[in-house]
Amino acid sequence: MAKIVVDGNEYEVNPNNNLLQECLSLGLDLPYFCWHPCMGSVGACRQCAVKQYRDENDEKGTIVMACMTPASDGARISIADEQAHDMRERVIESLMISHPHDCPVCEEGGECHLQDMTLMSGHNYRRYDKKKVTHHNQYLGPFISHEMNRCITCYRCVRFYDDYAGGTDLSAQASHHHTYFGRHEEGTLENEFSGNLVEVCPTGVFTDKVFSQAYTRKWDLQTAPSICTGCSAGCNITPGERYGSLRRVVNRYNSEVNGYFICDRGRFGWEYVNGEERVQSPAQVLDGDSKEMSDEEIDALFSKLADGEVIGIGSPRSSNESNYALRQLVGEANFYPGIADDEHAVNQLILKLHKDKAFHSPSVREIEQADAVFIIGEDITNTAPRIALAVRQSVRNKASELAEQNNIPVWQDAAVRELAQQERSPLFILSNAASRLDDVAQQTFIGSCAEQANFAFAVAEALEGGTPAGLTEQQQKLLLEAVEALSNAKRPLIISGSSNGSIEMVQAAANIARALSGDEPSHLALMLPEANTMGLELLVGPEQELGAALKRCASGEVPGMIVLETDLYRRAPTADVDNALARAETVVVLDQMRNATTAKATHVFPVTAFSEQESTYVNYESRAQLSFQVHQSATDARPGWKWLTNGDADINSIIKDCSDEAEGFGSLDGLVPRLTQFVAGLKIPRQSHRYSGRTAMIANRNVHEPKQPVDNESVMAFSMEGMPAMKDASILGSTWAPSWNSNQSISKFQEEVNGELKQGHTGTLLLAEKTESGVPFQASRGEDASTSDRLTLSLAFQIFGSEELSARSPAIQKRMTDAYVALAPADAARLEISHGDAVALNGGAVAVACIREKISEGSCVVHCGAQINPHDLAGAVSLTKTSESLPGKGLSGLIVSDLCEESY
Amino acid sequence: MSSQVIASTKSRARVLTEAEISEIEHEKTLYPDNQAVGLEALKIVQNHQGWVSDESLLAIAEYLDLSVADLEGVATFFNLIYRQPVGKNVILYCDSVSCWICRGDDIKDYLSEKLDIDYGQTTADNEFTLIPVPCLGDCNNAPVMMVGQDLHRNLTKDGIDEIIDQYRNKSA
Repeated sequence: MAKIVVDGNEYEVNPNNNLLQECLSLGLDLPYFCWHPCMGSVGACRQCAVKQYRDENDEKGTIVMACMTPASDGARISIADEQAHDMRERVIESLMISHPHDCPVCEEGGECHLQDMTLMSGHNYRRYDKKKVTHHNQYLGPFISHEMNRCITCYRCVRFYDDYAGGTDLSAQASHHHTYFGRHEEGTLENEFSGNLVEVCPTGVFTDKVFSQAYTRKWDLQTAPSICTGCSAGCNITPGERYGSLRRVVNRYNSEVNGYFICDRGRFGWEYVNGEERVQSPAQVLDGDSKEMSDEEIDALFSKLADGEVIGIGSPRSSNESNYALRQLVGEANFYPGIADDEHAVNQLILKLHKDKAFHSPSVREIEQADAVFIIGEDITNTAPRIALAVRQSVRNKASELAEQNNIPVWQDAAVRELAQQERSPLFILSNAASRLDDVAQQTFIGSCAEQANFAFAVAEALEGGTPAGLTEQQQKLLLEAVEALSNAKRPLIISGSSNGSIEMVQAAANIARALSGDEPSHLALMLPEANTMGLELLVGPEQELGAALKRCASGEVPGMIVLETDLYRRAPTADVDNALARAETVVVLDQMRNATTAKATHVFPVTAFSEQESTYVNYESRAQLSFQVHQSATDARPGWKWLTNGDADINSIIKDCSDEAEGFGSLDGLVPRLTQFVAGLKIPRQSHRYSGRTAMIANRNVHEPKQPVDNESVMAFSMEGMPAMKDASILGSTWAPSWNSNQSISKFQEEVNGELKQGHTGTLLLAEKTESGVPFQASRGEDASTSDRLTLSLAFQIFGSEELSARSPAIQKRMTDAYVALAPADAARLEISHGDAVALNGGAVAVACIREKISEGSCVVHCGAQINPHDLAGAVSLTKTSESLPGKGLSGLIVSDLCEESY
Repeated sequence: MSSQVIASTKSRARVLTEAEISEIEHEKTLYPDNQAVGLEALKIVQNHQGWVSDESLLAIAEYLDLSVADLEGVATFFNLIYRQPVGKNVILYCDSVSCWICRGDDIKDYLSEKLDIDYGQTTADNEFTLIPVPCLGDCNNAPVMMVGQDLHRNLTKDGIDEIIDQYRNKSA
C-alpha cells in the first residue's frame, strides 16, 4: 500500500496501479476517455489531466495525465486545481470540435460517457462555429450501426476489437482531423465480440442495430439482473424491456465471470422472446385440432399425471427449479435428461471430475490468468465464446512477465504490447478443423476426435515420465513442445468439453491435468453445451439415459411423458423419437417456442423465457447464479415449475425445496435475497427513478392508468418505487450514479476498479467440496470409422446457429449459414465434390459442402444447426452430390480462416 | 498460423507481378516480421502500378498474411500512398510557411488555373495530379514543388509554364 494526497486528503492506494484507476477506486470523479478498466492506459485523449506536486512545499506543480502516472507512495495531486480543470475543459472542447449536436436523436444519449465527461469537465458552451469534418458511415452487418461523425478519436474501439478481442477487420485509418475507424470496405464485422463496441465506445459511433428497431432510452427500460442462457459460461447480463417486449441485452459486470464483456450470441440472440413462434397458451391437441385448456382441465391433467406412472424429460436449458419440480412430479426413477446419451455420459464424467481433489474448475477470471493453455477438441469460440475471449487474454501473460522484468507497469498498455511484439504464453489447440484462436496458438493439431484423444493421452503419458509410442515424427515434436510448455508453466490450464460427445477426450484432458497437479489442484475447465447442463446433470444419475426413456415409451410400458423444454429431435435419433411419441398416450410438452416436438404433443404449455422468470442456472464451473425476472410475459406463459407444481409453489419455496432435498444444491437457497436485507423491507424497483410515461403508456387503449403489476414472490418490484440499489449493489440491474449515466458508472459499485461489486453476488459454487481422489484413466486407443467411401464424422458448432433458441432470433439468423459438411480438398477431389455443392449425408440429410484446408483427410466436420438431426448420423458418413437445395443462404457469411473456395 | 486475410474478400485480390514479388521478398529479409514489410510493399506496388488499388491492397495483405484493415490503416495514414488513381506526373506542391512567405500561394493559383485542377485533382488528360505537401526541406529556395522525382526550386509563373511544357513534351 502507498499513501497519496489528493486535494489535501490522504488516501491509501495500490502503488502498482495508475493515478486514474486509483482515483476512481476511491470514488473520486475524474474524467477520462481512452482508459478502460481492463484495457489499461495509452494516454491518447489527455482528458484525465491532474496537477502533481513534488512535495508539500511545491505550490506550482506540473500537469500530468493521471492514467499515465503511477500512484506511487507520497504522490501529491490535485483534481480540483484550476489549471488542471481548465486543461480538461479545453481538451474536451477540442475533442468535440466536429462532434455533432445530435444528442436528441443519438441512441447513446442518456447513457453517453461523452455527455457525462463533458458536464464533469465543465465544458458547457461550444465556441467553435466553423464547418465540421464529416465522414461516410459503413454498413457493418446486422448487429452494429456506424455513425463516424460522432467520433472523438479515443481509439477505444480498435483497442478492444483488435488488441483485446483479436479482430482483424476494424482499424484506425487516415490521420489527424480525418482519422476514421472502420473496415477496409463495408461489410459485417466478423469478430464474435463486436457487440461490445456498443459499450466500449464512449459515445454513439457504434450502436446496437437490433435495439434501434424499437429504441428506448436507458431510463425508460425496465431491467433486472439476469443470466445469459446462450451457453454454459453463465455471463451476467441486463436485459431491458419496454411496452411488454424485450428491447436489448447489455453486459452486467461480474468480477469472476464475464467482467465487462459478453459475446454477440448473448447480446443479440434474445429476439425469439418477442417472436410470433412462442407457444401462446395451454392447449390440448385432439385429432389435429388445438383447443385451449381451462384451469380445471389443466388441474385434472396434472393430477392424473402425478398419480400415474409417467416419464419426465428435463432440459439443459431449463432452470434448476423447473427440472427439480419435474423430478418431484415423476419421481427420480422416471426422470431423464433431455440430453443425447453419448453427451450425457461425458457430462456425468465431468461431474465426477468436479469432485476430484486433483482438479479445480477455473472461473473466467482464472482462465485469463493461465500461463499455458492446452485445448482438447472443444471449439470454445463457438460453444462458450466468452471462454475463448478469456483464453485470448491468457496468452498475453507472457507480455506481463516481460513488462515486469523490464520495470514497465502492466497498465502501460501500448508500451507492454510494443515490448512483447509476437511473444505469447503458449497455447496448444487440438481440434477437428482450424479454430478462431489459431492466430494466437503456438501449435495446432488437426485430427478426428479419436486422433485428438490419442494424442492428448500421449501428452499425459509423457508428462508422467513415460515414452508414448506410435507417434509420427511431427507429432513427437509437437508433443515435446507441449510437455515442455505445460511443465514449465506456473498456472497451466487444460480445456475440453462434451460438445462432441467424446468421453476419451475428456478422460485424456483429465489425465494431463492430473499429471500437472501437485499440492495444489490443477486447473481443468470442462465446457458443457448449454446454460444449465450442469444443473440438470446434478439432478440425474449416469444410468438415466434418454434412449432408455424413449424405449420405455415406445414399448408401451409407460403411457405418458412430460417433456420439459426439450426438442427431442435434437437429442436422439429421429426414428426412436417418432416411435416413442407415437406410442405414448399422453405427451405433455412445456416449451417456449413451437418446434418439432411440440408439433407431436397431445398437450402444449407455454413456459416463460429467461427474462420472464426468476430462476437459477449452474454454469460450467458449477457456479449457481440467480437470474431475476425482468418483465411479464406477453403470453400465458408460466415458469415450468409453476405448471408442474399446479401453482402450489412460489419461487422462494421451490428454491428452498431444491436446496434442501436435491443432492449438490445445498447452497442454492443462499442465492435468494430476503426483503429483510433491505432498508425498511422495501422492494428493489426494476424501473429507474426517471422512468417516464407510466400514466400514459397504454393511453392509446385505455386512458385509465392500471395498477402496476404486483410481484408477490420476488424482492424486486415492477415499479419505480422502492429502494434503488445505489451503493448497495447486491441487486444491480442497470448501473447509474450521480454524474455517471453511462455503463462507466460501474466503478462506483465496485470495491475497487476491476474488483468485486460492493456486497455483490458472484454466485455460489455447488461442487466446491472435493471428495474424491481419482486415478488416471486407461488410455483407450480410439479407432476412426472411416473407410474408402465413408468419412469419420465430428460436429462443427457455430456461435450463430448452434444454440437452439438464439438461432430463432432474426438478427442471429442473418449471420447463420445452412447446415454444412466441411471436408479436406483431397477428399473433395476424390468424391468429385465442389465447394458450395449440395451433398446428401448417408443418402439422406442435405448439407452444403465446404472445402477447408485444415481438416484431416478421411474425416469430415458437420454443422447441423436446426436442419439436421446429428443423432441420425453414425460415426462415419458417405457423401453424395444431390440436386436438392437448402432453404438458407448457403455458406455465405461463414467465418473461418481456412476456406479454399478459390481453387474450387 | 491461420491466415489473417478474411474470407469474404480473399478472392478479389489481384495477382502480384513477379517484379513486385521479388522486391517484396527482398524487403522481407530486412525486417523481423511481415507487419513491418507492409509499408514497403505498398511503396513497391505503387512504384509499379502508379497507385494502390483495392485489388492491390488485398493482394499485398494476402501475400504478407496481414489484416486488410490494418494495411488499409497504414496506406491511408501516409499521404503519399495513393489509394486513388493519379496522373502520370504527381505534383507535390509545398504549402508550408517558407513557401507561403515567398508568395507560393500566387504561383499555386497560377498552376491550378493553368492545369484547371485544384489540390487532390487530376487533369482531364491524366497527365498531372496536384497534391499539397507540408515542406520539401528546401526552404532557402522557396517556393518549391516536386514533379515525379524532380525537385523544382525558386518557382516563378514563367518557370511553371516551362516546367509543365517540359513534362508534356516528355510524354508526347
